[in-house]
Amino acid sequence: MSSTVETATEIRSFQVGFGQQQIEDLRRRIATTRWPSKELVDDRSQGVQLDTLKELARYWATVYDFGRIEERLNALPQFTTEIDGVNVHFIHVRSQHEDALPLIITHGWPGSVIELLATIGPFTDPTAHGASAEDAFHVVLPSLPGYGFSAEPTEIGWYTGRVAQAWAELMRRLGYNRYVAQGGDQGAAVTDDMAQQAPDGLVGVHLNLLRRALGSVAGLPAESEQERAALDAVATFRQSGFGYFLEQSTRPQTIGYALLDSPVALAGWMLDHDTDSYYKISRAFVDRQPVGGLTRDQILDNITLYWLTATGASAARSYWEGGQAAAHAAGQAPQPVSIPVGFTTFPGEIFRAPRSWVETVYPTLTYFNEVDKGGHFAAWEEPELFSNEVRAAFRSLR
Amino acid sequence: MSTTVGTTTEVRPFQVEIHEEQIDDLRRRIETTRWPSKELVDDRSQGVQLAPLQALADYWAKEYDFGRVAERLNAVPQFTTEIDGVDIHFIHVRSQHEDALPLIMTHGWPGSVIELLDTIGPLTDPTAHGGDASDAFHLVLPSLPGYGFSSEPTERGWNVGRVAPAWAELMHRLGYSRYVAQGGDVGAAVTDTMGRQGPEGLVGIHTNLLVTVLAGPPPAESEEERAAAKQLATFRETGFGYFLEMATRPQTIGYALLDSPVALAGWMLDHDTDSYYKIAGAFVDGRPTGNLTRDHILDNVTLYWLTGTGASAARSYWEDALERAQLLASGQAPPPVSIPVGFTTFPGEIWRTPRSWAEKSYPSLTHFNEAAKGGHFAAWEEPELFTEEIRAAFSSLRNGES
Repeated sequence: MSSTVETATEIRSFQVGFGQQQIEDLRRRIATTRWPSKELVDDRSQGVQLDTLKELARYWATVYDFGRIEERLNALPQFTTEIDGVNVHFIHVRSQHEDALPLIITHGWPGSVIELLATIGPFTDPTAHGASAEDAFHVVLPSLPGYGFSAEPTEIGWYTGRVAQAWAELMRRLGYNRYVAQGGDQGAAVTDDMAQQAPDGLVGVHLNLLRRALGSVAGLPAESEQERAALDAVATFRQSGFGYFLEQSTRPQTIGYALLDSPVALAGWMLDHDTDSYYKISRAFVDRQPVGGLTRDQILDNITLYWLTATGASAARSYWEGGQAAAHAAGQAPQPVSIPVGFTTFPGEIFRAPRSWVETVYPTLTYFNEVDKGGHFAAWEEPELFSNEVRAAFRSLR
Repeated sequence: MSTTVGTTTEVRPFQVEIHEEQIDDLRRRIETTRWPSKELVDDRSQGVQLAPLQALADYWAKEYDFGRVAERLNAVPQFTTEIDGVDIHFIHVRSQHEDALPLIMTHGWPGSVIELLDTIGPLTDPTAHGGDASDAFHLVLPSLPGYGFSSEPTERGWNVGRVAPAWAELMHRLGYSRYVAQGGDVGAAVTDTMGRQGPEGLVGIHTNLLVTVLAGPPPAESEEERAAAKQLATFRETGFGYFLEMATRPQTIGYALLDSPVALAGWMLDHDTDSYYKIAGAFVDGRPTGNLTRDHILDNVTLYWLTGTGASAARSYWEDALERAQLLASGQAPPPVSIPVGFTTFPGEIWRTPRSWAEKSYPSLTHFNEAAKGGHFAAWEEPELFTEEIRAAFSSLRNGES
């Protein structure tokens, strides 16, 4: 992309370009899917339902516009830069308001920068979205190593703690010496690690998943009704919703063969996340009643991105790294977080984190709110509401 | 297959027929596989390694004889019969020795009747395989519902607790009033359940996987017990992904298993550590262990592919998990096994069951042995040694004694 002499810290502009034969191959594979018989239940308890996935495949192969990803991503300033041996892809949109607060937001799995695109407007141009100029952010949206257009790590060791360090380096390279960070899902793990590491310049974080409670609820209060409900929700997830998590944490390569070779296997695997988002996405396809930003086209933008970048296995490996890191850290308390933490509980999330849990994990909690809609993919599903939460969480740091 | 008036208890002969276009489609899919990058480790700790799976795919598409499955199965007498609403496929080989002991053996996952084929000779025709006429068995090898050429259940409820009475009905239908049962893996769960249900005519069982330990932690005091408990813990920590996924989301993984031959092969190879390295060795180094040859492995994978049973087989884990959860919630212990039980520990198995664990699970244990070789797929890997174990386990039940 560049004819200048490359240095290891160079930031290069980036444009997405897919070959037509990649699209044709994908469409052919979808059209020749060999389907299993229908599940024997009327709900998601045996996994992604056949009617849902067949309708997704029909729409994908016959209606979906495969040019959408290029169009949506190339409309934004994209860059790559090599950090710690991995070429990191990121979107970087500066606000017209010069004193905007720099914000790095990290996506999760099965997400990508796609899930964050609709927040760019509200964050960088608040006056056009019902907010004031003081709410403006300069936004940095990196793709995790092994995800999307970031390169795949070629060595083990890229757990979230290493990603956190890379993000601090990215912000430094972009010239930001006072910034905040946000994340849900895997992005929450990265952001939590950043908060523990407290790199120079990071002045606050906001999270929308209490990642540590998914690993262990030890030490979290279980007395109030809310606390017991959250505990039950975590237990249900570990009993019946944990298959994808354990498989990716222990055998990313094995499931990787499916995710690279079969578009419907990839789509099925990605839809089989939490119960709330599954039914929302299923309804978008089967009943054509999308919830918020979780439309058919947006869901397929994200799946198509995984397919065309062929990152199913490399993304799954990030769970394996998480498993290794958790095993090594077993018994050790995480570093305490001393910078301000904001947290928002979205009602459809895997579990509704009560304020008491968040305060237990983060004694420096300065903002907590439970909102009335949205779920695991909060930024994607409710970008305006999500933006409001992030603005509110960081207002005291302006 | 039959022009006679069908009754629900009719036993019909069965022949495997594979169409050329199914083979062509399979070969085309293998050849157009889109591969992931190589794993970042030098062992199986991230899953099935790229090199063995690429070697498998290469051999599968270019050298493997796709006629093998039909040829091997059609060389033995096969039948189907409808039991409890499901068409059950089974192999039935009667020994030439009229007073042979009838034996029903159940395969597991990711197995099929393929893993048991090479025991047919030694078990039914012992004099040709170093045994005596008094070692002979009449052999029944059914395909589990949703596996191979048995039909898929079209309703919920086909856990091992329902398969076990179906097998008793099958033996009854075949006219066997005094018989024994054997199984490993899922087949061990079916056989264990038969032992607890104690249908009329069943006089003994033998298993080569101690399924009872899945319900609760066994004692870990002696060195052997501690070693086995450690193996079990390792399995639960790092080898349990396929199990949990099939037990909770069989439909989701089913899409992969039906649509991608390499996804299917990878998923099936990613079982226990011992068999994985043996099979990987067969493909990468051309050094098979025992009977786990490239052709045998691919016979089994090809059977799953051509019958399109990846999802329906996975559903059996879902059914069994539900049954286990319900049993646990009820607080009731399953009924004990009161008929004689034989058990063989094969050294490569997921955990090496100590005699003490087998005795605790089965107070009526009459035979216990630890064999010198073999692993999870004992019948498949070491058919002769496996046969010797079965003969020994059931020798006290011959001549009408029980």
